[in-house]
Amino acid sequence: MDQLLQFIISGLTVGSIYALVALGFSIIYNASDVVNFAQGEFVMIGAMSAIFMLKAGFSYPLAAFIAIAITAGVGLALDKFAIEPAKNATVVSTIIITIGASIFLRGAALLIWGKEIYGLPPFTTNEPIRIGSATILPQNLWVMVGTAVTVFAVKYFFDHTKMGKAILACSFNKKAAYLVGINVKRMLLVSYGLSAALGAAAGLLVTPITFMSYNAGVMLGLKGFCAAILGGMGNSMGAVLGGILLGIVETVGAGFISSGYKDAIAFFVIMLVLFVKPSGILGKGEAERV
Amino acid sequence: MKRLSGFILFATICLILPIIFPDNYYVTVVGLTIFINIILAVSLNLLMGYAGQISLGHAAFFGLGAYSSAILTIKYGLNPWLAMLAGAAFVVTLSYVLSRPILKLKGHYLAMATLGLGIIVHIFFVQADELTGGPDGISGLPTLSFLGLAIDSDVKWYFVLCSYMLLSVLFSLNIADSRAGRALSAVHGSEIAAQMMGINTAKVKSHIFVFSALMASIAGSLFAHQQDFVSPESFSFFFSIELVTMVVLGGLGSTFGAVIGAFILSILPEVLIVFEDFEVLIFGAILMVIMIFLPEGLFVALKNKVAAFLAGRQEGSK
Repeated sequence: MDQLLQFIISGLTVGSIYALVALGFSIIYNASDVVNFAQGEFVMIGAMSAIFMLKAGFSYPLAAFIAIAITAGVGLALDKFAIEPAKNATVVSTIIITIGASIFLRGAALLIWGKEIYGLPPFTTNEPIRIGSATILPQNLWVMVGTAVTVFAVKYFFDHTKMGKAILACSFNKKAAYLVGINVKRMLLVSYGLSAALGAAAGLLVTPITFMSYNAGVMLGLKGFCAAILGGMGNSMGAVLGGILLGIVETVGAGFISSGYKDAIAFFVIMLVLFVKPSGILGKGEAERV
Repeated sequence: MKRLSGFILFATICLILPIIFPDNYYVTVVGLTIFINIILAVSLNLLMGYAGQISLGHAAFFGLGAYSSAILTIKYGLNPWLAMLAGAAFVVTLSYVLSRPILKLKGHYLAMATLGLGIIVHIFFVQADELTGGPDGISGLPTLSFLGLAIDSDVKWYFVLCSYMLLSVLFSLNIADSRAGRALSAVHGSEIAAQMMGINTAKVKSHIFVFSALMASIAGSLFAHQQDFVSPESFSFFFSIELVTMVVLGGLGSTFGAVIGAFILSILPEVLIVFEDFEVLIFGAILMVIMIFLPEGLFVALKNKVAAFLAGRQEGSK
């Protein structure tokens, strides 16, 4: 029982990161029907930029801010130079474009930062806090709180601001949005920037716990994709829920069954969920137009 | 005969190359990798291009074939051909059992499930070390021999893999023009419409899934014997993605598209190696540029351009 509590705490921490990555997937998917396989690279670029800004002598908050801005810039560039010019591409072709982009960004990171593994210091002191028989590190709390605040901010943005609503309108029907005077191209651009910034935030939060290197984004991106699917593709809150569930399944599975088979257990559970509910937990069933 | 003229030209080039350049590294060494990749891309194209069912886990079946051969011949001393057959039987059974629930899913959910399958199989290769040798893999497979002739040199392997590759291509070209192929493309167009026409879509999809897995499994067995070594690295999630990239890069739904895609993606790392640290960057850039400017795939785009050019000339001469 004590162990279970400990596993759930670590599960919530990992799950929060997956949730942020999944939220990024879901925003881009909603806005442009593209599954962006470069999402994990946003996490890596965010973390790596922060590490090197910190090394360059900037204060922690400033380094974090610059890192998020750099990553958002990469997101904008991805839309402007790779997705927008390929407007006639099919869904599969755009997936390959984003795979190409992820390889390209990894290659660039390799050139700029090399193959070394880096870390970030925790945001505040690293004294473990005891909860009953389980312990929690302050950084874990930062991850959970940071994720919760970000998720609510994103939700507020889409529900209550004019721009958020405009992006939602684009995701429902681009032509109709265009006809009521929404600048569709700009909204897509904003979605990519926002999604990249979310990735960077995830990178900043997780690096003090797990370290970072030029190719560490791949696995995080993959897990984020799984979380988004598990929750129901295109449903933002589903993505968050999917991320947290995935994190908990993974750590509990690793703790009680086998750590070597950790990812296999997670994928097995996802497949079972899909066999029972083919459009994810919160996804609506798709009706095919004949 | 006109229908197969492209194939005959292609087969002739493949068979003549090793006779002219028997010691060329690109022909008899890189060539073998290219053939394996072509077989896999062609088999994946049956599923993705013809039936419209994406799979991000194709490397799993390739790996299961390879590991079956390695384990059964080394640990159980089975005849290599019997081991290959047993591996194929296992893959057919597994893919058949999995095909119904997996192919019920659509789009991204299907991508997710096949991705999961690929990753689970890969983790099994790494973790079940008593059976699979873990991350180090298994080496020392017995030499394969065919009608008393031992296949023990690169040139002999060239002809073995080339034959299987040509068979796969021929099969894939023929299936497109058969009843089964038309049923597949109907499923690709619209599943509901296909059902209305009386096609048992679940059965059609399941058959092509099993068949494409079977082709990959046999390719895996041959790969294991040719390399004399299997390790989990060759069958990872990345390789599955690479196979999908080959199919799309050449042109989804076109057999020769898959051939060209496999060729380019196999040869590119060999060529780019001179750029050292820039290799990854350039590889990603090339991939993006091709897909941005020729989203229908290299081969298909080229074919359409040539056809349009010829049509234009005919128009002009009238």
